[in-house]
Amino acid sequence: MKFIIAIIKPFKLDTVREALSGIGIAGMTVTEVKGFGRQKGQTEIYRGAEYSTNMLPKVKLEIAASDEIAAQVVETIQQTANTGAIGDGKIFVLDLASATRIRTGESGETAL
Amino acid sequence: MKRILSTTAALATGACLLAAPAFAAPVADAAAAAAEAAPAAFTPTAEMVNKGDVAWMMVSTALVLMMSVPALALFYGGLVRAKNMLSVLMQVLTIVCVAALVWFGWGYSMAFTSTGTPFPALFGGLDKAFLKGVSVTSLAATFSNGVYLPELVFVMFQMTFACITPALIVGAFAERVKFTSLIIFVVAWMTLAYFPIAHMVWYWAGPDFLHAAPTDMGLLWGWGALDFAGGTVVHINAGIAGLIGCLIIGPRIGYKKEPMPPHSLVMTMIGASLLWIGWFGFNAGSALESNAFAALAFVNTFVATAAAGAAWAIIEQITHKKPSLLGAVSGVVAGLVAITPAAGFAHPGTAIILGAVASVICYFFVTTVKNKLGYDDSLDVFGIHAVGGIVGAIGTGIVADPALGGQGWIDYTAPVAKAGEFDMVGQVITQCWAVGTTIVWTGVVSAALFLILKYTLGLRPDAEAETNGLDISEHGERAYN
Repeated sequence: MKFIIAIIKPFKLDTVREALSGIGIAGMTVTEVKGFGRQKGQTEIYRGAEYSTNMLPKVKLEIAASDEIAAQVVETIQQTANTGAIGDGKIFVLDLASATRIRTGESGETAL
Repeated sequence: MKRILSTTAALATGACLLAAPAFAAPVADAAAAAAEAAPAAFTPTAEMVNKGDVAWMMVSTALVLMMSVPALALFYGGLVRAKNMLSVLMQVLTIVCVAALVWFGWGYSMAFTSTGTPFPALFGGLDKAFLKGVSVTSLAATFSNGVYLPELVFVMFQMTFACITPALIVGAFAERVKFTSLIIFVVAWMTLAYFPIAHMVWYWAGPDFLHAAPTDMGLLWGWGALDFAGGTVVHINAGIAGLIGCLIIGPRIGYKKEPMPPHSLVMTMIGASLLWIGWFGFNAGSALESNAFAALAFVNTFVATAAAGAAWAIIEQITHKKPSLLGAVSGVVAGLVAITPAAGFAHPGTAIILGAVASVICYFFVTTVKNKLGYDDSLDVFGIHAVGGIVGAIGTGIVADPALGGQGWIDYTAPVAKAGEFDMVGQVITQCWAVGTTIVWTGVVSAALFLILKYTLGLRPDAEAETNGLDISEHGERAYN
């Protein structure tokens, strides 16, 4: 099993989620996060007082997937979250040691 | 100065210009009767009170109160950080409460009487303290011969001005002032700065009495200074006090080092919009009658403000490519401030120019001058109220010119008032004298009071309290839970 973490632009969330549903991903965790990378921050101006924000808002997706589907998940996110501009985000893939469904106690891929 | 007695000028709209035929006859009768029976014998009667005027003035009074709470409180509150939201709301609300009581106690008497005082041109005495002698049968003059208001209406209307003026000051040192010291300052400042300046600018014997008592007037009124609704008394007065306060108190911890963005421009938008609405009471109500001059002040309050809001947005569109809401509402307030002294004098066309010019100048002050000089006028009380007030007060001398469609000034020295001869250069000089007098008077009083408080009770909470936010440290509560 793989644990996939994707940092994407917030406005791409719905597109990505729909595409992932289409390839059989039944659940994910979504968090609003802030961070920085190569993309420049944004500048806010209040009556001439300029504040530049280094941290930009992003959305973090966390998805647990079986080994067979993991590569397809990464590919789907990469294609649907892509705008071609700096700041589109990153995808990380980790090995997942176990998964347990709390209600039934099932573990392994059946819990996904 | 040179105009002292030769041109006893008028604040506002003229009885001689009263066009309504319904009024013409009683005005003439009253004046003629007064002239026959020797000037001093004139006695206003209850029949000279018009119910339309009374209704309009009571509505205006409520509108001006709305400018303080909630409008100013929300406007300011939205501009501070969330941890100081309640402190600003509480300061404004408490100042309104305290100012109303002080007005009842001795404010009205100091501002609008000229007896029982060693300097009747500077401030009044205590003959009407605690509204002594003010009853349902006592009357207050308007700007027309033979037209009166119940004195209680005038007391209340003016009370709302006394409430908002000290509340305006708190924006200059928001987020870092000790609450109790602030309230003590407000009581002392009203007594030593607001009441005398209101007296100097607005007090006079009234159109039916002035010819018999030609020196019974405030100093600046006597000079012929024009201030329709309080450019000097309210805005320059508060703006300068704010500047002095922010200089003496010092900048906020972290000023220029950490971001201090407004926590809710939504609140600021609501507050600014309510200010605009309330300002119709402030400006149009200052006609003291429900007549065409109130309507003139009304339309000027509308269009000058519109021009100022649009002007600020246009400047930002040019300079940043992003016109901001905060910019537009700042322009709106700058326009409201600037048109205040000119509201009943200007033609709507020149009012638009005045509003736009004030907006541009205020933009320059809050974005450039403040940053260059480094003072922390947190919410730009000086940059908008003092600067906009000065532009408006001096501009009034220009836009009031009948040659530009203005209303000129009214000569009340005869029993029936008539239009005075307008001299624009002389008027602008007079306006500058009025502005200068206000700045010096309020500057000296404010500096003395702030310094005394700084070295006695202290003006600002300790660093930890300020860092934690005044809501928790001064008031023991939080705005958002």
